[in-house]
Amino acid sequence: MFTLSGGGLKLMLKNLKISRELILIFGLILLAGLIFILSLSFGSSYISPVTVISHFLGLEAGSYNFTINILRLPRTLMAFLVGAALSVSGLILQANIKNPLASPDIIGITGGASAGAITYLSFFSADYGIGGLPFAAILGAAVVSALIYFLAWQKGVSSIRLVLIGIGIAAAVDALVTMIIVFSPISTTVQSYVWLTGSIYGTNWEDLFQFLPWVIIFIPLAFAFYKSLNLLALGDKVAAALGLNIQLNRFLLMTISVALAGSAVAYAGGVAFIGLIAPHIARKMGGKSYSILIIYSVLSGGMIFMAADLLARTAFLPLDLPAGVFVSGIGAPFFIYLLYRNRNQF
Amino acid sequence: MSILETKNLSLAYDKDKIIDNLDLKIPEGEITIFIGGNGSGKSTLLNSMARLLKPMEGSVELRGEDINQLSTKEVAKKLAFLPQSSTIPEGITVRKLVEQGRYPYQKWYQASSSEDQKIVEKVLKDTGLLELADRDLSSLSGGQRQRAWLAMVLAQDTEIILLDEPTTYLDLSHQVDLLDLLYELNKKDQRTIIMVLHDLNLACRYADHIVAVKDKGVFAQGKPEEVIDEEVIKEVFDLNCQIVSDPVFGTPLCIPTGKNKLSQVV
Repeated sequence: MFTLSGGGLKLMLKNLKISRELILIFGLILLAGLIFILSLSFGSSYISPVTVISHFLGLEAGSYNFTINILRLPRTLMAFLVGAALSVSGLILQANIKNPLASPDIIGITGGASAGAITYLSFFSADYGIGGLPFAAILGAAVVSALIYFLAWQKGVSSIRLVLIGIGIAAAVDALVTMIIVFSPISTTVQSYVWLTGSIYGTNWEDLFQFLPWVIIFIPLAFAFYKSLNLLALGDKVAAALGLNIQLNRFLLMTISVALAGSAVAYAGGVAFIGLIAPHIARKMGGKSYSILIIYSVLSGGMIFMAADLLARTAFLPLDLPAGVFVSGIGAPFFIYLLYRNRNQF
Repeated sequence: MSILETKNLSLAYDKDKIIDNLDLKIPEGEITIFIGGNGSGKSTLLNSMARLLKPMEGSVELRGEDINQLSTKEVAKKLAFLPQSSTIPEGITVRKLVEQGRYPYQKWYQASSSEDQKIVEKVLKDTGLLELADRDLSSLSGGQRQRAWLAMVLAQDTEIILLDEPTTYLDLSHQVDLLDLLYELNKKDQRTIIMVLHDLNLACRYADHIVAVKDKGVFAQGKPEEVIDEEVIKEVFDLNCQIVSDPVFGTPLCIPTGKNKLSQVV
């Protein structure tokens, strides 16, 4: 009888814990929804949030069809998806190479995309139009990542080699990008710099629908690997002894990371910092299993970039600044706050 | 057919051979302990038996099957391995850690089953960790933490358990606690336990079968009473000592004499 009630209590506690996570996810979704509505409200013309909501409910005559549907909605959705993709990419990368300071921009993935994009912008966009730029960026990310992986390979890939070679390649690629800009026609230089900072200015539905498949395929795919990620956190030897094929999983996780970061950067430019900070925010929220951490990362990353873009295009009206400028401005204080709040844990 | 054996096994990191052409049979249902000096290759040998290091030549066979031909998960259902000084993952509870031990039994899309939960619960009880189950691993003492890792390995529910220096970093009482727990597991469920141990006297007390590793191979093996004597210790560890009989257990007890201190006594 006693053990039965003890078991019952434990079950209740366990359920309570699950619901704590659910409440947090629900809260994050609400917050993301709020930023989403505000993003649609603010801009060079102000539309009240109530009007925005009634617009979506079809209670409006359609007087904001252009401002909301054409200008702000695709851009805001793009901001969320780009942030989410970079965040999940960083989370997986940090787990995969077991380094909390790893992120797509630090180990050269973003740099590869930048090199591809800037090369295209400088030398091909005049002849072939701007439409090919995302593909050049994704190609650049893929080529550089493959190079890093190849160089790090030594009867399998170890975390530390991958990080070191990644940092080396990132420096080399950054130098290459600077050199391309120096040699590029002056007409594209400003465009290049704006792109490097990260901007989703002028995003339309076509851009969004081109980017969408990457997110729809690779974020659920990342989710399917949550057990591998949990095991990798225990160390390579333990994970292998528990039956995980380390090299295969490391390669597939790296591929998911590159696909998410490369495609996000292709459509939003060289956004830095989100891939580093959003996963840490997710961890600080208390996610223990990667199943939860991935959801937290999607929401926190998406929210940060949405907020950054909202600020970037409204803070200095009529100037529309690159969102990348504000990513660190929003992310860093929030991160420091989380560190401060959890200061007793470390 | 032995439960676990090596056949013409050669191991190497890069080109330096660490184990050369070794045939070794592990007795089933017993506690086998590898002893040897630093760098003798005992840990390397254990790692290869856990399928973590591919042989340069030869093979490791699990009931007659080459473990490098079996799938990783297949091996993980029959053989568990606890490596030396594991990392402490951030923010994981004891229960979550132990649940990871059920991984080889789950498909990628499956969450843990009620069968898994039952085994996790039992293991937590057997290792005395029920009270600590929801604590963070990082908040535990070294002894408790090592027991949690052991619990994870036990949740794998394998007939063979390999441990690489499981008592390192533990104080003497926790060392004995852990070895007692392993002894109990061996006697109760006849699990085959193979480990590397540094403490020679504890090794002699708990081992059914002792394997002294030296010169890229096995120097001597057998019951501790039959294997351990002054010459063997001199050869394997390059250490002068006297072997007496343990007054409590009757197993060999090594009293290292060294050189300098001894001259003062005599």
